[in-house]
Amino acid sequence: MTTDTKTWIDVCAVDDVEIEDLIEVSHDGNTYAIYRSPDDTFHATDGHCTHEKVSLADGLVMDYVIECPMHNARFDYRTGEVKSAPACVNLKTFEVKREGDRILLAVG
Amino acid sequence: MSTTHWKDYTLTGGDAVADGGQPGWYTPALDRKTLKGLMKRSDRPALANYGLWIGLIIALGAVTVATWGSAWGIVWLLVYSAVHQSATARQHELGHGTPFRTRWINEMFFHFSSFITLSEGHYYRWRHARHHTHTIIVGKDPEIQSPRPPEIVSLLINLFNLKTVVLTARDFLRRAAGDLGQGRHFIPEGEQPKVIRAARIYLGLIALIVAACFVTGSLLPLLLTIGPRVIGAPLYALLHFTQHAGLDEDVHDHRLNSRTIYMNPVLRFLYANMNYHVEHHIFPMVPYYRLPELHALIKDQCPEPKHGLVDAYRDIVPTLLRQLKDPSYHLRPALPAAAVAAE
Ligand code: FES
Repeated sequence: MTTDTKTWIDVCAVDDVEIEDLIEVSHDGNTYAIYRSPDDTFHATDGHCTHEKVSLADGLVMDYVIECPMHNARFDYRTGEVKSAPACVNLKTFEVKREGDRILLAVG
Repeated sequence: MSTTHWKDYTLTGGDAVADGGQPGWYTPALDRKTLKGLMKRSDRPALANYGLWIGLIIALGAVTVATWGSAWGIVWLLVYSAVHQSATARQHELGHGTPFRTRWINEMFFHFSSFITLSEGHYYRWRHARHHTHTIIVGKDPEIQSPRPPEIVSLLINLFNLKTVVLTARDFLRRAAGDLGQGRHFIPEGEQPKVIRAARIYLGLIALIVAACFVTGSLLPLLLTIGPRVIGAPLYALLHFTQHAGLDEDVHDHRLNSRTIYMNPVLRFLYANMNYHVEHHIFPMVPYYRLPELHALIKDQCPEPKHGLVDAYRDIVPTLLRQLKDPSYHLRPALPAAAVAAE
């Protein structure tokens, strides 16, 4: 039997995030971006772009890509991988799970 | 005794304002959902617009070739070049990645527009990212067109991009040899090889164009490809210069360092709606074809736009002349009372 040792925190309701969009949530001084993909799966990354630390909250989600609102760096939010400059460093990703109509985020 | 202080506009120059990291810029009140809606991209409006543009280039190019050798050939070349250099405004928008939803179409037009404006795309994107982070911040923004005091002779020479073309040739040769000049301040090391490779490709393509002139015994290959960078330049020099000239520097409020101008549909087509420049800087993710809507939504929080190019230059010219004597002088657009009160 495996035990889940992660710390899960309740960050939002499912309906707080529109399909193909994201919201920003904060916990313990850290900012996270919670995404809802076109096929209704949830994902999470660090809330700030790795280029100049701008919040991704006002960025544009297209398919599985988040585009930074500042200089349009693009990341695959499922893996954090940089898809185009000016960012050169991948985004950190976090696990999320759906429980009923709530979204839980794994921190720590 | 007072001395006139001439600022150092080079990057990280002596007048660079202390401005660590990402500055906080003024943002007008706008419902998040509305903004997200404005940011959504669609290929359709851009395809129609770019289809018309490419169609015009082909048609005007054909008429230029057909009439070449007569006085009409010159007239058509001028018209062709003016339409062709719409690429300067388009490259800018495409550089932001906003016109097309389909990435490869965007990139195809971006690199095409970059070449025909001799503004290599990789370098341009890095430089322009800096311009958006540090818009008209002295010593940080590499795109300040109107330093104080203004360099009037240089501005006039550059109406035809004469200075730009010489500097571009120098920069391509330097970059091809591995020297990025000011670019070393804003291009990360890992990205620099792309810029160097692109400079070499550009030099190779330019050599091919020159060779085509020799082979055909005609200047047309040059005049129809990169020649418009000079021939078609004045219209765009006049348009681009209005974006920030005469306005404040070192302020984190695009309403005070950028200018929006109402223009007719022909100019807006050629200029890719960059006349909505305050709006573009505040929300660079909004595609050019949604800027009029964005303008309508936030105009009550922004200064009154200028009504046409003449109106804008009525402000700019006397300001520049005064700055020759007093470099600290600048325009300060009146902000709407409601917007000031909300700050
Ligand atoms: S801050 Fe995100 S791309 Fe520059």
